[in-house]
Amino acid sequence: MTAFVVRRLVRLVVVVIGVSLVTFAILHASGDPVALIMPEAPEADRAVLRRTLGLHDPLPVQFARFVGNTLTGNFGTSFFHRTPAFSLVVERMPTTLLLTSLSMALAMAIALPVGIYSAVRRGRPVDQVATGTVFLGQSMPVFWTGIMLILLFSVQWRLLPVSGWDSWASIVLPTATLSTFTAPLLLRIVRSSMLDVIRLDYVRTARAKGVSEWLVICRHALKNAALPVVTVTGLQFGLLLGGAVITETVFAIPGVGRLIVGAIRQLDFPVVQAGVFMLAMIVVAVNFLVDLLYGYLNPQIRIR
Amino acid sequence: MAVGSLPSSSLAYGGAGEPVVSDSRAWRKFARNPAALLGMLILAVVVGSALAAPWITPHDPAKQSLIRRFTPPVWAPGGNPSYLLGTDQVGRDILSRIVHGARISLVVGVLAVVVSVLVGVTLGLVSGFVGGRVDTVLMTVVDITWSFPQILLALAFVAALGPSLVTVTLVLGLTGWERYARVVRAEVLALREKDFVEAARAMGIGAPRILLRHVLPNTFSSIVVLSTLQVAQAILQEAALSFLGVGSGRTHPTWGQMIALGRDFVTVAWWLPTFPGLAILSTVLAINLVGDRLRDALDPRV
Repeated sequence: MTAFVVRRLVRLVVVVIGVSLVTFAILHASGDPVALIMPEAPEADRAVLRRTLGLHDPLPVQFARFVGNTLTGNFGTSFFHRTPAFSLVVERMPTTLLLTSLSMALAMAIALPVGIYSAVRRGRPVDQVATGTVFLGQSMPVFWTGIMLILLFSVQWRLLPVSGWDSWASIVLPTATLSTFTAPLLLRIVRSSMLDVIRLDYVRTARAKGVSEWLVICRHALKNAALPVVTVTGLQFGLLLGGAVITETVFAIPGVGRLIVGAIRQLDFPVVQAGVFMLAMIVVAVNFLVDLLYGYLNPQIRIR
Repeated sequence: MAVGSLPSSSLAYGGAGEPVVSDSRAWRKFARNPAALLGMLILAVVVGSALAAPWITPHDPAKQSLIRRFTPPVWAPGGNPSYLLGTDQVGRDILSRIVHGARISLVVGVLAVVVSVLVGVTLGLVSGFVGGRVDTVLMTVVDITWSFPQILLALAFVAALGPSLVTVTLVLGLTGWERYARVVRAEVLALREKDFVEAARAMGIGAPRILLRHVLPNTFSSIVVLSTLQVAQAILQEAALSFLGVGSGRTHPTWGQMIALGRDFVTVAWWLPTFPGLAILSTVLAINLVGDRLRDALDPRV
């Protein structure tokens, strides 16, 4: 197990460096970062900025400095807010994480029972309705779903606020919106993992022993189906955060996603870089934990 | 996508060299499914109207008319039969804009996937066949790409490169290739030791030729299925980018941009965001239905 953890740690370090390289590339992709940051400034001002950003150094030197700064949480000062970009991101992180975990919990609460039931009743009407709904859910743009919910619950019935993040009522619609994005994904995974498991011999043995159907499903089958569910959910975490970014924009929620989208419109690149990097770090952390958990639960994987 | 026209050699072998389905059987399996046929029908309508957009739209999609602002759809009180789905905040015809928007969505969706397939398949073939250090590096790159929320990466790079049709297509294509690399690599690894590849090598056939003539055809059905489904994803992502304000440019109407404008007027004109969204929903749903059925018919393993 120790060797496995060490190997995963090495990989983690490599991935983190890679992530910062990509983040670094965001600003340099256009060729001339200064033209991007101040498109209409006179040449003299541009020269000053070039010097402060250290753009005269060779790219590897700039990248090394960027990695160093990144690891100490220094992404520079926001052009727009005039405060450190890193703290702007960190202040808004709890909101994004709350939105993501609430809708994850809601999506799980729907996907787990429906997915299990749908797998057990494979091909029956319940399963067909569930599968159809999954298709519909996966074909809806999440921002549009949000606006449709606003139309119904805020404009038509006047039950919930149109936007914001300051009361329990204002949390309901964004959470529901993001769940319509996550639940179909989870449901699909739960259903297929259960289908893989319930036709295995040991499940049949349990049934043959006379264990009640309900107990077979919940104790024997679910236990083994849970592993792929956790793994795939972990791997899809980036997708979920992407959905959160869009949901925040629809409902004007003061989270990291809306900060980044706003910063992109203002060409505030330190904030864009800090935000993209931090969200990627969350995905990296989740993947790392899922990897360890998987290795812990499934000894076969440790040897590879 | 005409399944019947696929070369039969590409379908004769499934993953590890066992025969799976002949193409006529696959086609019959596909055609028997009502959901897939519905998908094909919707797609035909969408593609047809996108192609014929300049001739079939009742109005110029860019033509503004201040006296016609916020005309509701024809069946609602105050509707005008000339504007079937109503008009927006500057009096442009929504139906005409949706039909023209289909062109952007389809072109970006398909071309982005072409980019992804080209990059992913090439890297997957090389990495699987060469193995060793090249393989390790490539899989690390895949790991790194997976660490970013894809939409965020696309958003940042499109903004940095300057939003345009070309950048959106390229960036979506270059952030979505890793699944092809994975599938092709796995396939190559499985096939590398097979007898027919061994035989080809023994006959003195070089690596590029083995890859192109013997290994690549075996990955064909997986790639067809994956890329069909990815077109749906790419259309959703293009719409999301447009919605977030870094879409394919200001000159053409796009579905995502129409929804973004509609968001601002949601309290006064429900039809503004609703119809472009329905256009996205039906197009993406149609592609997903077709893709899912293709998967069942061609490649049960993906």
